[in-house]
Amino acid sequence: MRDEERRENEEGSIPILEVRNLKVEKGGSMILNIPFLQLYGKEILSLIGPNGSGKTTLLQTLSLLLSPFQGEIFFRGKKVGDCYSFLEYRRKLALLFQEPLLFNTTVFNNVASGLKIRGIKRNEIETRVEENLKRFGIDHLRDRSPKTLSGGEAQRVNLARAFAIQPEVLLLDEPFASLDPPTRESLIEDLASILQQTRMTVILATHDRMEALRLSTRMAVMKDGEILQTGPPEEVVNRPMNEWIASFVGTETILSGRVIKKEEGTLLVAVEGEEIEAVGDAGVGEKVILCIRPESVTLSISTARETISARNVFIGRIEEIHSMGFYHKVRMNCGFPLVAYITRTSMENLSLKVGREVTASFKATSLHVIRQKEDQGIERLKIK
Amino acid sequence: MDLILEGIKKAFCLIFTLDYEVLKILLLSLRVSGTATLISLFFGIFIGIIVALSRFPGRRIVVTLINTGMGLPPVVVGLFVTIFLWRSGPLGFLGILYTPTAMIIAQTIIATPIVMGITLAAIQHLPEKLRLQILALGATHLQMVWIMIKEAKLPLLAGVMAGFGGVISEVGASIMVGGNIKGYTRVLTTATVMETSRGNFDIAIALGVILLALAYLVNLILTQIQQRERLR
Repeated sequence: MRDEERRENEEGSIPILEVRNLKVEKGGSMILNIPFLQLYGKEILSLIGPNGSGKTTLLQTLSLLLSPFQGEIFFRGKKVGDCYSFLEYRRKLALLFQEPLLFNTTVFNNVASGLKIRGIKRNEIETRVEENLKRFGIDHLRDRSPKTLSGGEAQRVNLARAFAIQPEVLLLDEPFASLDPPTRESLIEDLASILQQTRMTVILATHDRMEALRLSTRMAVMKDGEILQTGPPEEVVNRPMNEWIASFVGTETILSGRVIKKEEGTLLVAVEGEEIEAVGDAGVGEKVILCIRPESVTLSISTARETISARNVFIGRIEEIHSMGFYHKVRMNCGFPLVAYITRTSMENLSLKVGREVTASFKATSLHVIRQKEDQGIERLKIK
Repeated sequence: MDLILEGIKKAFCLIFTLDYEVLKILLLSLRVSGTATLISLFFGIFIGIIVALSRFPGRRIVVTLINTGMGLPPVVVGLFVTIFLWRSGPLGFLGILYTPTAMIIAQTIIATPIVMGITLAAIQHLPEKLRLQILALGATHLQMVWIMIKEAKLPLLAGVMAGFGGVISEVGASIMVGGNIKGYTRVLTTATVMETSRGNFDIAIALGVILLALAYLVNLILTQIQQRERLR
């Protein structure tokens, strides 16, 4: 399926949306600057970045809700404004905000509103509303007023309203941000399966990388109105282009060191007096940044190094343990700081406590190496 | 005390026997104030929405003017409408001074800022992103405005009530531009003023009671609609 799609895209098929030199200024400063961005059919592109990184501005500009802007938008290869009127183009998209913003009428009429706006015939409206009420599991709420709905129910109505339009591109702006965790969980789960069924083309803005990982097929990291990196989610998470992205996508351990030895694609990097082996490319003597994702660190209480096959084995003292709900975040000092995530069960089995000595290991292949040019001091920005 | 009781007795007499004179006054009041309210709804809602949804330099001044206009003294309105419609005035050629039309014009000028101010507040009270959400669902700008009006209909109904209440009870402008001509421009308020000055308290009280009852009835109907909407 995935391969078929890729071939379809490669074989000269036209992107649904293409953006060239998109710029938005506000109060004299550039708040959005996208030189080039393409969106292909059936893609789910997530925009991730902190608040104020330009995600909302990009979505609203794509929906032509923000004016003025510079640059060009192409829909299926044709320029918006020339080949499509602005209204025609706007009606091919649906944008959904963080707050449900429902109308003061019944749930049914809310879901029907986009269709009524388009002057669609009554019996078709009924079928499409019906279908989407069922799709989002809110059929029983059809005659209710939005004022009586819970946050989760209201956001389902909001989603149903957007889906009923059958937009060619669905733009979601932080759709789960104002929901409590259990409600959010169940809605994300439902939306993931609905998106899989409907094969809708989506751009999802979120500051939560987990949402992005679960829902999207491609990820774009935004900061200060610019897109820093795009790629498949696994690639962005495992191979972040710089330290800032690494930190934003949840790499808990980011260490800077210097390559002291190079051997068949394996580097030996000196980090705060310790030596770490990593697979990557850099010259001897070069300064590099090592990214270690917390889920690739294994902990054990035996201090015998021989029993562990990984090359990177370090003994450290636990400095901090945080419960993250389903798992625990363990912060240790192995001569350098290291963070690992472990399940509640292993936490109990190993009976980990602050102050206890543990053996941490991780594979050389699980590390990501970012080459750091000496003159280009990469900004050290810790998210959280 | 007897005076008041006598008045109330007389009032009921006049109301239940459907006194022709009183009936005519009542109907004219309804016609003049009703028409003025309808016209003011059109202009008030239209301009109120434009001001609420647009951003332009000097907007704050315009909003302040509208809010000031909500308390426009009817006598001042009466004065200026009279000057404009005066035989030698700029609109004197129309020859409509001392007619119900002149009264409708004056009352429209009084009610429009009231409706405008309440519309402005009602639309601004809606969530800021609602306008964007409506457009994002594919609405034209006209459709967006219509949906916004529907969303703000409860406070807008309050605007209707305030506008109608303001003009049905207004006396200064009506008497100045209408002239309180018997059978032609005499409305409830102007008749009440006249009967009181003549010492005919019984009739004056009767007219006052009718005026109160009328205001109550209109507001009762609108409140019914408003509360039913709210509970839905």
